[in-house]
Amino acid sequence: MGEFKVHRVRFFGYMPSGIRCMSFNERAERLALGRLDGTLEIFNFKDSFYQEKVIPGNDSRSVEAVCWVAERLFTAGLNGEITEYDLENLCPKYSLDAFGGPIWTVACNAQGTHLAVGCEDGSIKLFEILPEKIRFERNLDRQKGRVLSLSWHESGTRIAAGMLDMIRIFDVQSGHATHRMLVDRGVSGMRNHECVVWCVAFLSDLTVISTDSSGKVQVWNAAMGILSSTHLVSKSDVLSLAVSKDESSFVVGTSEGTVVQFQFLANILGGDEKAWVRTKTFKPHTHDVRALAEIGTAVVSGGLDTQLVVRPLLDKVDIMSYDNVLHKIHFPHRSLVSCAQKAGMLLFQFPAQLEVWRLGESEGRGKPGDTLFVKKNPEKLLQLKRKGEDHISCSAISPCGGWLAYSTVSSLRVYRLQCDEHVSISKVPKLPKVLRSAHQLSFSDDSSKLFAASTHSMVHVISLSQSECKHLHTFKPKSGSTEPVHLLAASKDGKWLAAANRGCEIHIYNLHKLKPHCTVPIYGSCPTAMGIHPTSNNLLMVHADRQIFEYSIVEKQYTDWSRRVQREGLHKLWLERDTPVTHVTFNPRNAAQFMLHDTYMFCIIDQSLPLPDNKCQFYNQITLKSLSEQERLSHAHAFKMCTKYQHLLFLGLLDDESLVVVQRPLTDIASQLPAPVRLKKFAT
Amino acid sequence: MAALFEGFTLCGVVSGSARAEAALLGVEAEREEDRVVVTDCGRSVTVYKVSDQKPLGSWHVRQGQSLTCPAVWSSRSGEYVAVTDSRVIRIWKDDDTTFEKTFKATVCADVARIHAAADSEPVVLFARGAVRMLDALLEAPQQPIEEVLSEEEVIRSVCRCAQCFYSCKEDCYLYLQRFNPNSLHKYKLETGESRARPLSLCATVRNQSIKLLCLYSSGCLYQSVLSMRGTIQDGVQLLPRTLLLRLPVEDGHLSSASVVSLDEGNLAMVGVPHPSASAGKEFLCIWNTNFQTLQAAKELTGRIYGQLWSYSGRLYVPHGKALTVIPYECERSSLATALGRLQQDRSDGEQLVTTVVSWNTLLHEDTIQHQKGARGVETRQSVRHRGNNVPLAPMLRKFTVVSFTAVPSLLLLLIIRYIFLSCVTRDVEMILSGTADPELQLVVGRLASQLVSRCQSDSAFYPHHTLAQLVHTRCVCHSLCPNLLMLALEKKDYSLAQLCLQHFPDIPEAVTCACLKAFLDDLQTENLEPDSVSFMEGMVAVCKRDGALENGFSPVLLEEDSCDVNAPTTRAKGKADWLVLDMPCPVGVKKAALLNEILQTAHTDSFLLPHLKDLTAQQVVLFLQYLQFLYLKYYQDISAQAPGLRSPTVTQIMDWVCSTLDAHFTVLVMLPEARDLLFQLHKFVRSQVRLICELGKIQGSLQDLHKLKQTEDADLYSIEVIELF
Repeated sequence: MGEFKVHRVRFFGYMPSGIRCMSFNERAERLALGRLDGTLEIFNFKDSFYQEKVIPGNDSRSVEAVCWVAERLFTAGLNGEITEYDLENLCPKYSLDAFGGPIWTVACNAQGTHLAVGCEDGSIKLFEILPEKIRFERNLDRQKGRVLSLSWHESGTRIAAGMLDMIRIFDVQSGHATHRMLVDRGVSGMRNHECVVWCVAFLSDLTVISTDSSGKVQVWNAAMGILSSTHLVSKSDVLSLAVSKDESSFVVGTSEGTVVQFQFLANILGGDEKAWVRTKTFKPHTHDVRALAEIGTAVVSGGLDTQLVVRPLLDKVDIMSYDNVLHKIHFPHRSLVSCAQKAGMLLFQFPAQLEVWRLGESEGRGKPGDTLFVKKNPEKLLQLKRKGEDHISCSAISPCGGWLAYSTVSSLRVYRLQCDEHVSISKVPKLPKVLRSAHQLSFSDDSSKLFAASTHSMVHVISLSQSECKHLHTFKPKSGSTEPVHLLAASKDGKWLAAANRGCEIHIYNLHKLKPHCTVPIYGSCPTAMGIHPTSNNLLMVHADRQIFEYSIVEKQYTDWSRRVQREGLHKLWLERDTPVTHVTFNPRNAAQFMLHDTYMFCIIDQSLPLPDNKCQFYNQITLKSLSEQERLSHAHAFKMCTKYQHLLFLGLLDDESLVVVQRPLTDIASQLPAPVRLKKFAT
Repeated sequence: MAALFEGFTLCGVVSGSARAEAALLGVEAEREEDRVVVTDCGRSVTVYKVSDQKPLGSWHVRQGQSLTCPAVWSSRSGEYVAVTDSRVIRIWKDDDTTFEKTFKATVCADVARIHAAADSEPVVLFARGAVRMLDALLEAPQQPIEEVLSEEEVIRSVCRCAQCFYSCKEDCYLYLQRFNPNSLHKYKLETGESRARPLSLCATVRNQSIKLLCLYSSGCLYQSVLSMRGTIQDGVQLLPRTLLLRLPVEDGHLSSASVVSLDEGNLAMVGVPHPSASAGKEFLCIWNTNFQTLQAAKELTGRIYGQLWSYSGRLYVPHGKALTVIPYECERSSLATALGRLQQDRSDGEQLVTTVVSWNTLLHEDTIQHQKGARGVETRQSVRHRGNNVPLAPMLRKFTVVSFTAVPSLLLLLIIRYIFLSCVTRDVEMILSGTADPELQLVVGRLASQLVSRCQSDSAFYPHHTLAQLVHTRCVCHSLCPNLLMLALEKKDYSLAQLCLQHFPDIPEAVTCACLKAFLDDLQTENLEPDSVSFMEGMVAVCKRDGALENGFSPVLLEEDSCDVNAPTTRAKGKADWLVLDMPCPVGVKKAALLNEILQTAHTDSFLLPHLKDLTAQQVVLFLQYLQFLYLKYYQDISAQAPGLRSPTVTQIMDWVCSTLDAHFTVLVMLPEARDLLFQLHKFVRSQVRLICELGKIQGSLQDLHKLKQTEDADLYSIEVIELF
């Protein structure tokens, strides 16, 4: 089918941040995840675990605890503030200082009326939740020592608070502590260290479960204030705890990377007397498990090793399907790399900076399988530090390599880039006022226009020229949707622009007439990648459930190929792939071919070939290689999978028709993590 | 494997000799596993606690009345139900003392049977085929009962789990009654050309289908599978059947026999003759239908009645004047358990001969084979005529008639009883050379068992050579001829015993242990199989040579005392000489060769243990010493396991060490002379365990090497060329 020259790039030093906390919203089936750098991520568990929204972090903000109140999201952090987020504009809505020093924990009662926060100064503060804001109500009795964990009883009348060396039960009405339960400091060597109660959970039968820094999981009777049972699960800290909705099991996470499940089981089979029994132990992580959630059929865990692991509980699973196998999410589901195809340059986005690299050059040609001699090494042209405290949310480089744009939640900057003999960069002054921030940035193919997706699903069109920078038009979706736009695709001829938002809508605008053209029929899964074909102007979309659609913009209908795909269905192995497709490019050599990639493969899809059915071999490259030219034709199918390059962050096609793959091996990430808790292993 | 355990008598059977057909009306399960309700032919119903062999309650009907169907226990209502004088249904509870005061209801037709399946209401089957639920019947006892069977049909047998019964006039029919919805199906039972009568029915329900086993008077056991679900069209259908077993029946017809299914593959039978026992003895047999092998058999004294019941792991069989309870055990049968755990590896091509008789293939072909075989035998008669002077002529005439209906070798078998030793050898050779392959097994089996039975009756008769020859054909196995090995032991013919041990795949553990005992006890033997002896000679030679180490190599001592496993005789030399692991072989070379054969027999630990306990302490010590000797030898010199020769493997040795220690541990601990032995064994094993630990660690660390993929150059940048197809 074809040979490709591949620039294999492994110098993008992307480093995800460790996971600090998480909270699962049962009703919306969304998981909110707080990272150490203050980034918040929202995963949609209904939609193939797609990373739906990302709220970029801020240097001054830390996220220590996250909490859903109905559809509203609150965090609290060591800066002492409680923050509510605007999930449509992906930015903080407001912050409120609790005036209690650093906040360690936040918990909402079952009724959704009050937030309780635990502060460094030993106070527990109650906030009333109002429709648009929260309001301080009162303090519970202040104690000595910080409050590290809180849990409401479901009645809303009592709160359990985990502190240093003790757990206190508070009566919410009076604000007084009713019980004080002392936690043992553990083994003799640790006697001088305080025992930190990292987590508490208040069950409806007045049982309190606590985990602490001496490796214990303890079950208390809060009605009497006595200890029921102790389970020693670790030699180091037990950092996280999550209780299942029906309160029949809970999981704890240790700093050794293990997750231990406990279940409330009858002592004898069929008996009435039940006890908490340690049942399963997993080791999904190498480092501290800082955040846990039990979501019915699976345990979600995250920690300092930055990956999010969804491990199914097989005893609760009836049918094996895509949704209940082990998932590990390492990389963001959006592209952090953009490529200037014409100039052979790559832009890497970090939270705090941008890097521009020029790719190297090779000498001569080679046979397939060869590694070519690198005549000219890649070159780091530029490292651009962002201004302000907000992290970079999106960035783009123009195809000619002459323009660079990035945005944070508070500002958007465009730069003019010249790299001939020496590199020079200049900020474009006097940007139009409408350009305050963007969720997504994109340049037109001829680099004359910048498209910026802004609030309320609006897309601003800016014309760029040497002299000035002019706002041409703002497209607004007819549907009135306010969901943020996360994908933009402009056609090569400069006539069409497609914008996909998190509400699964895809709007197509006519750039010549500056008018909305049409809306693609809404499909139930969020689009993860899209592109407009350079010659036919068909819009190709890939969704989170890995379905592929092709829509003819001109005819305003799905193409025949798209209908064929839907009729015949995609191969089972394709639908079971673990990570979403994050980028689409088209092969200029062959109009029938386009390329997709996810984290573990890239593939070329040839629309002229028959689709694979479930009976045929899906990963057939090795088989095809061994066949003769004629036989290949009969065995070939549309999906040409290449799994040679793993841990892909980006795959693009340069104008000289060579491929660029950007890899980030997990071992490289692991090597930059702090040392894990030392465990004795043989031969170490 | 199935096994029958020692039985015990539950109660006497009072039936007079006049009543031919049955000893008891029935044995039914009670509420607990351990209890049964026994209804005798006369007037009493008794509840027994089986493990205590003790009656818990007994009820008698008044003089003049009689019980006409077995009493059952209804688990729904907690009551007993019986029928007296064919039409009176009686229901009573535990605390009722006499029948007179209990509830009774008279119905207007004769009752044949009452069924009480677990968790369901009892069902009444009338003699003319109608079926009613007991409750429904008692609501209106005088309700009219329809007649299902025609006048000349009689219910002959009824099975418990599904309501099926068959009736008989000229032809036999099977009626299958289902409930919910009520329906009655009629099937015709094939009788075949021989006019064989069905004798016993047994039904089991599995996976929504009814499996019917039907034993015919011709000795054939057929299986029919009926679906419980599928709709079946009306009218009489021919019952589809498959032949499971064809049992040898001496005189053509069985009179009374009964079959009970024990589990999926095993069934118990009574009234069918044991294939290798002499006539006139009655046996309770467990047959495996999957492998068509006899799994266990037990001789029953007295006459049998063709009645057999099975409840919760026990078989109830009336015979003579008693009802005997025989516990049984059926392990799930698989090829592995059928053949034992350590089937020796027969890799040589020439040894690949099946030794399990396939009755099916053999007997289906007999009509053709008969004539062929008979002709062959007749030509040989002249030879035999010259060889002996017994007046055979009248007998031979009889045989020419018989030989068309019976297996041809019968001819010879009967002759064996009359001729002399020298002739036997020659005749057997003739037969072996002249018989076709599929028939050979049957013929050889019969020959062997007849020879053995003659040997047993006539102590002067012992054709060693012939027996050895028969064993060499590999057509004899232990179940075909169970007494052969014991006979060889009795006659101290250890070379034959060795042959049997080598060639029989199915020696029971009891016999293995008997052999072991005999071999350990005494031995003056002559001709053993040369290979096995030369193997042992080689091993003993190794042990003598061992003193001098090759090229001065001296392994470094791991731990001074842990490896000190000198035999008691060499202990005096002191610790410095730790490497002298050898101990003199505690038994002679020939005895060792025989013991090796024992070690290589197939066996199952759990069955072996009870028999191993029969060994005396001295025997155990000797055996352990020998095992230790072997173990040390193998440890010392891997090449001791010569590839070509028959030799026990290390695993087999270890298994036997474990079993022996397991069986005799307390004895060995008490025994002063075993002390040294045990200490040495322990030390050596401990050192080995330590070695294994270290090996495990090395393995663990080297294992990771596999995980290390050949990582491509960890360059940050490269330009490559790939090709996609």
